[in-house]
Amino acid sequence: MLETIWFMLWGVLWAAYFMLDGFDLGIGTLMPFLARSDEDKRYMYNAMGPFWDGNEVWLITAGGATFAAFPTAYAIMFNGLYSALLLLLFSLIARGVTFEFRNKVEGDGWRSLWDIFHFLGSFLPALLLGVAFANIFAGIPIDKDGIFHGGLFTLLNPYGILGGILFVLMFLTHGALWLAVKTQGDLHARAIETAKKTWAAQVIVAVIFLGATWIKTDLFDNYFKYPYLIIIPLLGVGALIIMRTFIKSGTEVRAWITSSIHIVGVALFGVAGLYPRLLPSSMNPDYNVTIWNAASSQLTLKIMLGVALVMVPIVIAYQTWVYLFLGHKLSKNDLEYEEAY
Amino acid sequence: MDVVMLSRLQFAAASMFHFLFVPLTLGLSVLTAIYETMYVRSGDKDYKRAAKFWGKLFLINFALGVVTGITLEFQFGTNWSAYSKYVGDIFGPLLAIEATLAFYLESTFIGVWIFTWDRVKPKTHALFIWLVAIASNISALWILIANGWMQRPVGYVLRNGRAELENFIAVITNKFGIYEFFHTVSGAYILGGFFVMGISAWHLLRRNEIRFFKKSFRLAATFTLIFALFEIFNGHLHGSEVAEAQPAKLAAMESLWVTEQSAPMYLFAIPDEENEKNSVELLPIPGMLSLLAHHSPDAVVKGLKEFPKEERPPVVLTFISFRIMVGLGFLFGLIAILAWIKRNRIENAQGLLKILVYMIPLPYIAIETGWMVAEVGRQPWIVYGLMKTRDAASVLTTSQVWISLTAFVVFYSFLGLIDFYLLAKYARKGPEAIK
Ligand code: HDD
Ligand code: HEM
Ligand code: HEM
Repeated sequence: MLETIWFMLWGVLWAAYFMLDGFDLGIGTLMPFLARSDEDKRYMYNAMGPFWDGNEVWLITAGGATFAAFPTAYAIMFNGLYSALLLLLFSLIARGVTFEFRNKVEGDGWRSLWDIFHFLGSFLPALLLGVAFANIFAGIPIDKDGIFHGGLFTLLNPYGILGGILFVLMFLTHGALWLAVKTQGDLHARAIETAKKTWAAQVIVAVIFLGATWIKTDLFDNYFKYPYLIIIPLLGVGALIIMRTFIKSGTEVRAWITSSIHIVGVALFGVAGLYPRLLPSSMNPDYNVTIWNAASSQLTLKIMLGVALVMVPIVIAYQTWVYLFLGHKLSKNDLEYEEAY
Repeated sequence: MDVVMLSRLQFAAASMFHFLFVPLTLGLSVLTAIYETMYVRSGDKDYKRAAKFWGKLFLINFALGVVTGITLEFQFGTNWSAYSKYVGDIFGPLLAIEATLAFYLESTFIGVWIFTWDRVKPKTHALFIWLVAIASNISALWILIANGWMQRPVGYVLRNGRAELENFIAVITNKFGIYEFFHTVSGAYILGGFFVMGISAWHLLRRNEIRFFKKSFRLAATFTLIFALFEIFNGHLHGSEVAEAQPAKLAAMESLWVTEQSAPMYLFAIPDEENEKNSVELLPIPGMLSLLAHHSPDAVVKGLKEFPKEERPPVVLTFISFRIMVGLGFLFGLIAILAWIKRNRIENAQGLLKILVYMIPLPYIAIETGWMVAEVGRQPWIVYGLMKTRDAASVLTTSQVWISLTAFVVFYSFLGLIDFYLLAKYARKGPEAIK
């Protein structure tokens, strides 16, 4: 029972990370294509300014919760995906420093250096996270001792890459919409235009991905077994469709919220399909890492559940407050503000 | 080199690098919060400028503190997966609690603090930096409880082929972790204090913004003095705890080979690991080691020869690191006293000002050598008495770890140099005029 609750929480933490940091990664990936001037870039940095760090903590917690609730899964996943994870890590490091560094020295060379870091540090995580999760959905080559038989390139199979592209597109739309929320004028208009285009691409890839998922994975089995779960993908698909009307009518806050729901829907669709597996083995179903053979002791799960039930709502409360308080549209004034990025 | 050795190097590099930034975050967040509080209370604009000036340096440093922390969080799984599996039931929750209790708070409110100087009342704004400072310290508490458990495992049972949690309260009240917390955090405050005093001294020597830097200096001098004295005291208590929990480490710290009653402390010694003795031993203080370790000059202190060779830590490194830390600890006490005495006329104490500029790097050395004592001295154990480091590693190829280790060293050095350059640049520039 506790294992199942923790499985759900585990899924929710990842979904929350994708939903929140997703728009940062999207904006960072869009930057070289969307920004026409240094001022545009500064709007983009400052659109993420007060939020990105708090968003990234959802990743740390998702990792930490995996460690705490399912240590065996944490060990096997992080060991097996070593090279991919370190690449993810280096990318996130590269992105993380740019906010603080970029405006600290005058000079175009200096700024372009950090802009490159920022782009790579946004694009690669989006791609890698998609590749990693698609591979997990399809199963990874782990043997009975949890040893991974493959390398970085094992993960770059067509289904994995498709997952990567889907994530990048989801985050691009999500990022463009957040940028629209935070800006006005020309940049705002371009953000909306971009969202329209990436939305279309996203729909196409999502359809292909669903088809490929049907063929390559057994995620759908759970939906036949527990039909009520179908609500999750329906919500995801519904949000995707409704999002388009909001984008068109220029109600970007609503569009961003539906995009959030969509991302959560996609993540939870996969996670619910995995249940009760955390890491399916593509070698033999007997080698699957499941919530039963990977979980911590009952005592640990209980204590952690207590901590999560108290702390997560508090975190959500103050983070929501921050979004409401600092979610206003940026103006010239905000860029002239001394501490702005 | 094998995977274990490479992973050890990588962990050492990653954690020591993280700890170049952590202590300044801990120390300077508190000092910045104090300056801002002084501004709120007195309305003195210099204190607002102080909060902004030191706060800017804090932020430059903070950026690398955050990004290097994520590495460590991942590293237990990537490089120490056998360890993660074996003790994850106890160790994992501590990391997860650290994240939910501290990291969210810290990372969320740092952003709010940066962007709201002119959006909220001064009082509310000061609250934001206090939340950051408190969260940083909470994070230190939890990670050190985790490390304390590796140093002195408690509250567990061996079941299902792993260590499982049995008594959570015992784990979070582990004396070893609590000692580590007080010792590490006050070390960080000393570092923050000397950082502020050193940069202020640099400006005062140049007669730059005298009024401003005197104010910064005076507060930092008092702050540093308190913690420099406290550090010597709690370091001593920590030493007795080590004597009890890890006698082999204590013996290595003092390079004591033969068990002795009423063991002396040699002010100068050179260990000779090969021949299991010290090649030079000078200036003994009779009974001092017994007194320090067991609170009685007649107590028996275990020597290294009591332990089989393969269960002894590397003696030379542990011993030298310990000496450097303790030596610096006394130096900090002395300089902090001088600085405090002169704090009201510090601009005239040219000699002391010059010394203070050169003091800036020394607490970094003390802190890093302190960790060497704690971590190298624990070897060959990863969890003392429970699991050996060599059994803890992941299944990886040497080339994988070679590549990642090289990448870490190169990338971290690059970022570290840039961060250092920016800190120096903004430290020299001095505070902004107030608008
Ligand atoms: C005594 C204090 C201390 C120690 C021993 C460590 N850390 Fe640390 N860590 C902090 C004190 C700290 C901090 C003061 O809270 C930091 C430093 C700079 C910062 O931004 O927060 C931080 C940041 C930080 C972050 C980023 C948090 C964020 O995004 O805000 C992570 C994930 C970790 N750490 C993880 C670790 C791990 C896994 C460690 C063990 C090997 C570790 N730290 C040792
Ligand atoms: C941030 C301050 C820290 C520093 C500077 C530090 C330093 C080191 C060093 C030098 C080593 C290598 C020792 C050797 O191989 O001989 C090491 C190993 C290790 N430390 Fe730490 N450490 C720090 C904090 C921690 C914390 C807080 C934990 C756990 C919560 C921890 C867990 C480990 C582990 C798992 C290893 C690997 C095993 C090993 O190589 O011995 N360290 N650390
Ligand atoms: C002057 C007297 C000092 C004494 C007697 C002392 C004692 C100790 C002892 C016994 C340890 C080993 C603990 C272990 O094995 O885990 C230690 C570790 C450490 N020391 Fe010191 N120390 C002193 C000064 C300092 C100073 C001035 C600093 C930094 C500014 C410092 C920073 C550290 C750190 C960071 C550690 C590793 C973390 C820990 O174990 O607490 N120490 N110290």
